[in-house]
Amino acid sequence: MIRLFGISIGLVFAVAVLWAFANGVVSVAPVVSQYGSFTEPTAETVFHRHPKELHLQSDGPLGTWDYAQLQRGYQVYKEVCSACHSMKFLAFRDLEQLGYSPAQVKAEAATWQVPGVNPDTGEADMRPGTPIDSFPSPYPNKIAAAAANNNAVPPDLSLITKARHGGASYVYSLLTGFQPQPAALLKEFPDAKTPPGLHYNPYFANLNLAMAPPLTAEGQVAYGPGNPKPTINQMATDVAAFLTWTAEPKLQKRHQTGWPVLGFLLLATILAYLAKQQIWAAIKPKKTAATGSSDA
Amino acid sequence: MSFPWAREYQPTNGLMKFLDEKLPLPRLVYGAIGAGYPVPRNLSYMWNFGVLAGFCLVLQIVTGVVLAMHYAPNALVAFGTTEHIMRDVNWGWLMRYAHANGASFFFIVVYLHIFRGFFYSSYKAPREMIWLLGVVIFLLMMATAFMGYVLPWGQMSFWGAKVITGLFSAIPVVGEPIQVWLLGGFAPDDAALNRFFSLHFLLPFVIAGVVILHIWALHIPGSSNPTGVEIKDESDTVPFHPYYTAKDGFGLGVFLIAYCVMVFFLPNYLGHPDNYIEANPLATPAHIVPEWYFWPFYAILRSFTVDFFFVPAKLMGVLAMFSAILMWFFLPWLDRSPVRSGHYRPLFRKFFWFGLIPTMAVLFYCGGAPAIEPYVMLSQLATAYYFLHFLVVLPLVSSFEKPEPLPFSITESVLGSDKPALSGE
Amino acid sequence: MAENDGNGEDGVRRRDFINIAAVSFAGVGGIAVVLPLVSQMSPSADVLAESSTEVDTSKIEAGQGITAVYRKQPLFVRRLTKKEIDEANAVDISTLRDPETLEQRTKPGHTDMLITMGVCTHLGCVPLGIQSDQNRGPFGGYFCPCHGSAYDTAARIRKGPAPKNLQVPDYVFTSDTVVSVG
Repeated sequence: MIRLFGISIGLVFAVAVLWAFANGVVSVAPVVSQYGSFTEPTAETVFHRHPKELHLQSDGPLGTWDYAQLQRGYQVYKEVCSACHSMKFLAFRDLEQLGYSPAQVKAEAATWQVPGVNPDTGEADMRPGTPIDSFPSPYPNKIAAAAANNNAVPPDLSLITKARHGGASYVYSLLTGFQPQPAALLKEFPDAKTPPGLHYNPYFANLNLAMAPPLTAEGQVAYGPGNPKPTINQMATDVAAFLTWTAEPKLQKRHQTGWPVLGFLLLATILAYLAKQQIWAAIKPKKTAATGSSDA
Repeated sequence: MSFPWAREYQPTNGLMKFLDEKLPLPRLVYGAIGAGYPVPRNLSYMWNFGVLAGFCLVLQIVTGVVLAMHYAPNALVAFGTTEHIMRDVNWGWLMRYAHANGASFFFIVVYLHIFRGFFYSSYKAPREMIWLLGVVIFLLMMATAFMGYVLPWGQMSFWGAKVITGLFSAIPVVGEPIQVWLLGGFAPDDAALNRFFSLHFLLPFVIAGVVILHIWALHIPGSSNPTGVEIKDESDTVPFHPYYTAKDGFGLGVFLIAYCVMVFFLPNYLGHPDNYIEANPLATPAHIVPEWYFWPFYAILRSFTVDFFFVPAKLMGVLAMFSAILMWFFLPWLDRSPVRSGHYRPLFRKFFWFGLIPTMAVLFYCGGAPAIEPYVMLSQLATAYYFLHFLVVLPLVSSFEKPEPLPFSITESVLGSDKPALSGE
Repeated sequence: MAENDGNGEDGVRRRDFINIAAVSFAGVGGIAVVLPLVSQMSPSADVLAESSTEVDTSKIEAGQGITAVYRKQPLFVRRLTKKEIDEANAVDISTLRDPETLEQRTKPGHTDMLITMGVCTHLGCVPLGIQSDQNRGPFGGYFCPCHGSAYDTAARIRKGPAPKNLQVPDYVFTSDTVVSVG
C-alpha cells in the first residue's frame, strides 16, 4: 500500500518536473539555434573580464605581511580612497599591527577628524581622532553619501577583499582597469553605451561603474624615500595588499597557527593508525607474523 | 547490550563501585561505547561517520557557546559584533572559522553517513527507528544551520532568511500570514534575528537529545554491517572498545587534518563573499545561493518552473523540496528487498552508482549555479530521477532483482570460513 | 589484555608504547584546545585599548571633585582644601589599616589633586562624597553606603569593612592641568 502510494507520488513529481523540462526545451531551443549558447549574449556576458593576476606576499598557505607595502597601501587609502570610502571596522589602534609605534599611531589618529561631542555645549562636533576611534566615514550618513555620488553609495572598504569574488586581484584589476569603451562592444551592443556619469571598466560586473578612476597619475601619492616608484600599478597593488590586511588582519597569525596544528595532527594520526593496527592485528584474518596477538 | 555474550561492567575500584551502585553511569558508557558493546567485526571505514558526526555536534556546541559570549543578535550591531569577534576577541577568528567550517564538515560527515545507509539499506528492519530518528536529526540540523547562517547578518544571511521563510508563503491562503509570523515582521529584522538566535542556541541541544535516542535505538538490534547479514554468534563481533575506539580515533585524526586545512588555510572557501557585505534590505545580491549543503534541495526547489495543472509552480517546488527529505521517512517500507547490503544486489547497485550518485552530483552542482539554462534543465532531469529512484525504482527493483548469494555469516565473509577466529576463545 | 601475548617482552612493550603515545597525543591535543577556549574570555583588544583616559583638572575648585571614567569605572578626581590636607597629614599612619601618607597617594607638586578609583575596596560599590553635598562620612573623605566603609580626606580606609584605601591608578600629569590615567 505504502509502495503504491509512493510510486504514484514519485510519478507525479517526475511528470511535473519533466513537464517543466519540456517547457524549458521549447523556450531554450530558439536561443540555442540563434546564438549557439543557452542564454542570449549581453554586453556583460561577452565583455566582462575575470580579475588580472596579482601576487602578494600574503598569498598562499605560507603568506605573511609585507609591512612596508601595507604602510604604503595605508597611505594610498588615506590620501585617495578615504575621500569617499569609509573603513568602519578598523580603528586607528589597529595601525600598530603595521609596525607603527603607539606614539606614531596617536599622532596619526590626530590627523583625522572624527565625530565627537562638544564638552561644553553637548552639540555634535568634530574632534581629532584618538587611537581607540574607528576610521571615520567621509559622509555623515548613507543619504549624504548617495547624494554626493550620483546615488551610488561608496562601499565600506574594511572587508572589501573578502566581499568580492577575486579579492585583492579584483580590487587591483578594478583600479587599473578603467579604459574607453571598446568599439567592438558598441558595434555589437549599441544600447550598451556607458551612460553619462559612469565609467567603463571590464572588471566590474555590469561594466559601468559610478566611481571615477581614482588613481590617475604617477606620483599621485608621494611615497617616502626607500620605497618603490609610485606608479599607478604600484599604488593599486599596495592598496590591494592593504585592503587584504584590513579584511583579514589575523591572516598571518592564522597561517602561523595552522602549520604547527597540522604537524601535530599528522603525528597524532600516524600514531592512531599504528595503534589501531596493533589492536586489530590479533583478529585480522591475514597471516601477519611477528605482530603480537591480542585477545581483547 | 542485547547479545548474551556482551561483557558486563566490573567496577575495578571503590569509587567506581560506589558510582555503579548509586548512579551506574560508567556501566552505561561501558555498554554504549565501551567493551560491553559487541559490534560486527567487519565494519568498513564507512562506519566511522556516526562517531564523527557526534564529534561535530560537540565541536559546534562548544564553539557556538563561545561565539554567543561575544555576539549580539541585534540588526544594528550583529554584523559588527561578528567582525569584533574576528578582529578583537582573543582567538575569536579561530572560534568563528571553526564554527562556520564545522557546520560544513558536520554536513559532509552526515551526508556520508546517510548515503552509507542508502547503499547498505541500514534503514531496513529491525533498524527502522534508528533511521527515522536519523532523518529527524537531519531535519533539525538543516533548521539549525539555516538559522545560524542568518546570524552574521550579511547580505546572504538576510536574503536567505527572506527567501527561505518565503517558501512558506507558497502555502495557499495561510502561507503569507505564516511567513509574517515566522519573521515577526514583514521582512527579516530584529525580531527575526533574535528568535533565530534563540532557536539556533536551543536546537543543538534538542539534536543532542535525539542523538541519544538514535544511539539508544541502535543498541537494541546492534550495528549493521557491510554484508547485511545479522550477527549469529560471538565470533561475528568484537567489543567496541578497543577495536572501534581505535579505528574511530584514526578516522577522527584524518577528519581533523582535512578540517584544519580548511579552517587555517581556506576558511572562506565554502562561504560566499556576499556575506561579508552587511545586510541591505533594499538590494538583493545578483546571485543568491544558500550554503553548499542545501544545494541539492535548492536545485529541486528551482526545478519546478511551470504550473502543473492547478498547482502553481511555486507551491510545487516547495512541496517537492520538502518531500525530497520527508520521503526518506518511508524508505524502510518502500524498499522490500530481503537483502540489505548493496554488495549483494546487482540491479540496486547499478541504480545506486549510475543513478543516484550522479543525480546527487548534478543537483549539488546546479543548486550552486545561477538559475539560468542549462543548469535549470539539468536539475530538472536530476530531480525527476531523484524522485523516481526513491519512490519508483526502490519499490520495484526488488521484484526483478535476483540477489547474489549472501555469506553464511559475518565471520565467513571475513575469514572465508565460519570457524571461530578469536584465538583465545 | 596482554597476558596471552606469545611474542615476549618486546612485542608487549612496543604495543604499549604506541598505544600510550597515541593516547598521550590525544590528551595533549585536548589540553591545547582548552587554551583558546579559556583565553577568549579575557578582555578583547578593543577593551584593552580603552584602558586609558585623559582628565582636565583645570576647572576643579578646591573642595570639589569630578567623576571621570577609567576602564568603565568611576574615577574620583578631587581638589583638596588646605584644611583637608592638614587633616590628612595629621593622622598617625601607624594607626591605619592600610598605612599610606597623602604624599604617597598624590604626585609631587600636586598634593592637592587626589585621584582615586571611585570603587569601594570592600565589594565594589561607588562611595559617596565626590560632590560636596553628599554624605562624606565621619572622616570627611568618602563614605560607602552599601556596608558603611568610611574613608578620610586622603581616601584612606578608616572605619568599616573595606580592607584597603581607595586605589590610586597609574597616572601622569601630561601638563600642569591635564592628567593621563592608565
